[in-house]
Amino acid sequence: MSIFEYNGSAVVAMVGKNCFAIASDRRLGVNLQTIATDFQRIYKIHDKLYIGLSGLATDAQTLYQRLVFRHKLYQLREERDMRPETFASLVSAILYEKRFGPYFCQPVIAGLGDDNKPFICTMDCIGAKELAKDFVVSGTASESLYGACESMFKPDLEPDELFEVVSQALLASVDRDCLSGWGGHVLIVTPTEVLERTLKGRMD
Amino acid sequence: MKLDTSGLEAPAPILGGIDDLSVDFAAAQSFDLPGCADFDGFQKDAVQMVKPAKGTTTLAFIFKEGVIVAADSRASMGGYISSQSVKKIIEINPYMLGTMAGGAADCQFWHRNLGIKCRLHELANKRRISVTGASKLLANILYSYRGMGLSVGTMIAGWDEKGPGLYYVDSEGGRLKGTRFSVGSGSPYAYGVLDNGYRYDLSIEEAAELGRRAIYHATFRDGASGGVASVYFVGPNGWKKMSGDDVGELHYKYYPVTTTPVEQEMAEVPAA
Repeated sequence: MSIFEYNGSAVVAMVGKNCFAIASDRRLGVNLQTIATDFQRIYKIHDKLYIGLSGLATDAQTLYQRLVFRHKLYQLREERDMRPETFASLVSAILYEKRFGPYFCQPVIAGLGDDNKPFICTMDCIGAKELAKDFVVSGTASESLYGACESMFKPDLEPDELFEVVSQALLASVDRDCLSGWGGHVLIVTPTEVLERTLKGRMD
Repeated sequence: MKLDTSGLEAPAPILGGIDDLSVDFAAAQSFDLPGCADFDGFQKDAVQMVKPAKGTTTLAFIFKEGVIVAADSRASMGGYISSQSVKKIIEINPYMLGTMAGGAADCQFWHRNLGIKCRLHELANKRRISVTGASKLLANILYSYRGMGLSVGTMIAGWDEKGPGLYYVDSEGGRLKGTRFSVGSGSPYAYGVLDNGYRYDLSIEEAAELGRRAIYHATFRDGASGGVASVYFVGPNGWKKMSGDDVGELHYKYYPVTTTPVEQEMAEVPAA
């Protein structure tokens, strides 16, 4: 079994009308054994920027700490928050630093830009950026997530509709994956507010 | 030296007149072997194709009133869940059940084969086969294929002239008599619940609930187990299905979500 599948994960981000959604499952496992069902994979960088880290949990936490550190340095020097595009480049650069001994994570970055334009992107574990206009997925349930998102996504959804679509896509996908699920975590970020919800899901 | 497998063959038909009908059953079971030079290498590859058929939780235990048999219903291939509605408890005859863990095809085929042999025994001897006999029939067949890549981990549970019977049989040739067994990737979790809650003088309802709970807890912890927790009871009058609950709903029945004052938290984003 691959090291990317050691803990199990499912992360998805979707773009709506002047908003975005980022969602993940809540399982932390060791191969097939479920250790925790309240695990956080989505991390906040600032009010309008979030990163979801699928893959090896220990590397996800370390990577997140380094990203927070770098973002704080940026804030001190620039006296402003980082733009999502800039942050994506930062993540990419940090990942490529470890080209020959990578962090075993596949990040999903989602944020609102200067004019509240939603931005989403994903990368592989060594920092190859993949920008998308509609949705990005990662984790052990990524194949099913692609299928679910491909059939459920519609452009320019309002925040409440986007919540419904992203939640249904996530729950449907993790039901076909042994290594992710056990509930979900969804964030809907609009220019004025952040909607945070915990989803009830199948606990098997 | 040749292994004596004459004991595996079905008893000869009593009536000569129906020879053409019974010839299919009476004929010694045989399979073609791959005609290749590297038999072991071929076998290894073939086993890899069949082996990761599924993770499972199955259990069975004897108590005062009879036997409880319970199982989950998930079939997985690696991390992918290929089915959530597999019948892992196989009805061999009205008084005997088999459980399925390991390769799905191997379990299904050999249980059906065992069903045929049990029925033939019944016709030849005018009485039902004992659980001991049936399990030995299966164990001997599996032993004759030992090392050829069969993957079977099963429990044979039933009611015969001596009362309740329970045996564990596997493709490595093992056959164990016992009062409490669990087989599959979720079995350690199931054993935890089962050993904790087991008493010989459980009522039928209590025993069925214990079986269901053990399966539920196994599906919760084990990624490869899930779907529906089905529970069977075998008593003096044969088997009866006690329950079949979707563990997705069972979780919230056992652990209702405590009412949180605010389910959705709102946070104001300060204007940048």
